[in-house]
Amino acid sequence: MADYRKMWEDLGMDMENHDNLCQVLPTAVGDVFLSQENRPNAMDFWDLVISEVHGIRPAELIEAQKEGRKVFGTFCVYVPDEVVIAANGIVTGLCGGSQFWVPDGEKVLPKSTCPLVKASVGARLGRTCPFFRIADMYVGETTCDGKKKAYEILGEDVPMYIMDVPQMKREKDILKWKDEIAEFAKKVEEFTGNAITPEKLAESIHIINEKRKALARVYECRKSKCLPISGRDALLMTQISFFDDPVRCAQMCNRLADELEERIKNGVSVVSADTKRILITGTPLAVPNWKLHNIIETSGGAVVCEEMCTGTRYFENLVDETKTTLDEQFMALSERYMKTNCACFTPNTGRIDDILRLAKEYQVDGVIDCSLKFCCLYDTEKYAVSRALKDAGIPVLSLETDYEDADAGQLRTRIGAFIEMLS
Amino acid sequence: MGIEYYVGIDIGSTCAKTVVMGAEEKTLHRLLRPTGWSSVETASSIQEELESLGISADRSIVVSTGYGRAAVPFAAKNITEITCHARGACHIHGTEDLTVIDIGGQDTKLIAVERGQVTDFLMNDKCSAGTGRFLEVMANTLSVTPEQLCELARTGGGTSISSMCTVFAESEVIGLIGKGEKRENIAFAVVDSIVKKVASQAGRLKLDQKVCLTGGLCEFDYLRDRLSHSLRCEVSSSPEGRYAGATGAALYARDLYMKQKRMNG
Repeated sequence: MADYRKMWEDLGMDMENHDNLCQVLPTAVGDVFLSQENRPNAMDFWDLVISEVHGIRPAELIEAQKEGRKVFGTFCVYVPDEVVIAANGIVTGLCGGSQFWVPDGEKVLPKSTCPLVKASVGARLGRTCPFFRIADMYVGETTCDGKKKAYEILGEDVPMYIMDVPQMKREKDILKWKDEIAEFAKKVEEFTGNAITPEKLAESIHIINEKRKALARVYECRKSKCLPISGRDALLMTQISFFDDPVRCAQMCNRLADELEERIKNGVSVVSADTKRILITGTPLAVPNWKLHNIIETSGGAVVCEEMCTGTRYFENLVDETKTTLDEQFMALSERYMKTNCACFTPNTGRIDDILRLAKEYQVDGVIDCSLKFCCLYDTEKYAVSRALKDAGIPVLSLETDYEDADAGQLRTRIGAFIEMLS
Repeated sequence: MGIEYYVGIDIGSTCAKTVVMGAEEKTLHRLLRPTGWSSVETASSIQEELESLGISADRSIVVSTGYGRAAVPFAAKNITEITCHARGACHIHGTEDLTVIDIGGQDTKLIAVERGQVTDFLMNDKCSAGTGRFLEVMANTLSVTPEQLCELARTGGGTSISSMCTVFAESEVIGLIGKGEKRENIAFAVVDSIVKKVASQAGRLKLDQKVCLTGGLCEFDYLRDRLSHSLRCEVSSSPEGRYAGATGAALYARDLYMKQKRMNG
């Protein structure tokens, strides 16, 4: 492994504490990923990236910054990457997915805040994640109360821009989101010093659409009864795609999809025929949160789809590429993003439709609806989700968990019993 | 030598239950011991006990269940306690359609069974509210056994405990003792708290079929009466209820053997 210590020191990181994190990650990667059999060869790219997750990509970002490019850190699939890329900026995801960062977050946030928010704040304030150090500006959004308030705290430490996401999906809300995107574009132009032209925006819309199509191709392969990739591997791909360069991301996903399509043709599956196919729905699984997938896939199940921000919500629906003026393009962006069904909207029946559709498309045996602790929005939607699934005759298990391992035994019992129930 | 014994071992958080079945699903032995601090050691003492009863390893097939199910190295298979409790309760109560309420040491489970299949289940959260442990801690505080506490509760009333958390509820009980509240009234409040917690969970399941109580508390008549009252339905139990998980596991051991036999022609 390359030596990144100098880079981390220059980023002002807490080296001693960061070493603790670096020590546990290889074991986790080994246990969750490398122990699997018959993995697709194309996973080598993501294995490499995750093995040096705080090194390879951060080093690239720092090189780009030296050339004068700006890095924008984001926390939500509602923030349009296209706008940043059109101004020659770079987007990196910033959501924290490890218990390691939670205690530092709890120094300033209430305990009853969701672990994703606590970990994200902790990663910044504890100075133990290079991505949180590198980002020149954070772009937040109003998708939950926990985040809104946490951004006020983060804003004291780093330049912060907030986009106001509508809470309903009426025509005027789509127009409002278009205005928010246009205003964000102005901010990005100002911050990067680069103008966003219709040509530049058309180009970035195309780049991100290609990335979405590539991710969708991999997911398409997971619909096959001959399952060519584990849920864990697919999740890792999706998680890393939030951090990677979008063009390379598309290339790598397409390379993986080529192999998976070949596998399906040749009848190569990673699981035995009696393995139960599971759709997971709920709150996002930020890297390195692999807890749920790992338990399911070591209890007789295979995760075949995630109806999550780290899943279908990230890549479904494309932006219309035919528009030629900024005004039309911003509208096209708004229309695409407003199709994403987040629990922060009311009503949010579109999400129920998505879940029922995905359950069918991915030929699932059961659905596990899991939310992070203290996520009032997704937790409350569980009622409607489970009722709709039961009405459709699809078994569902509702769970709530956080980043700690303390409930792993109980989760294993519930998930194990659920999978036995499907047999 | 062929297989003659089908053994189910249910290693719970408090007690380890073993059921040995012979031909025709006939129960030959029921064994009970505290789980202690190590599931692995408990499993090996059970193995010794089985040997001493003449149930040798080469003539038996074992299925383990319960939270310590992975700690039984001589088990042919381990199956979750949800599935085993459902199967065992159906066997004990002689029905295929049943809602099982299992109050265990650290978990309370509610399981809906239709035509012998689990169709839905609920478990309590991480905390021990409404479980056997809760009752045990409160009984200790009142210097009685859990059984005595339930009998005392029969004559009490008029007070309640509001904390769901065992630790806070214990402080509340100590507060009531300090105020000079009668022991039977505090006992009533303890049982009432468990019943309310279980009933609120049960509200999410269908109760329009036979309902039974299993687990270590199933023979506490007063608790069962209160539960029947609160759920507005007859909650039945059986002296074998404590062994429902182990019974289910033994039945699965038998299935496993039959399947193996079929596969070997």
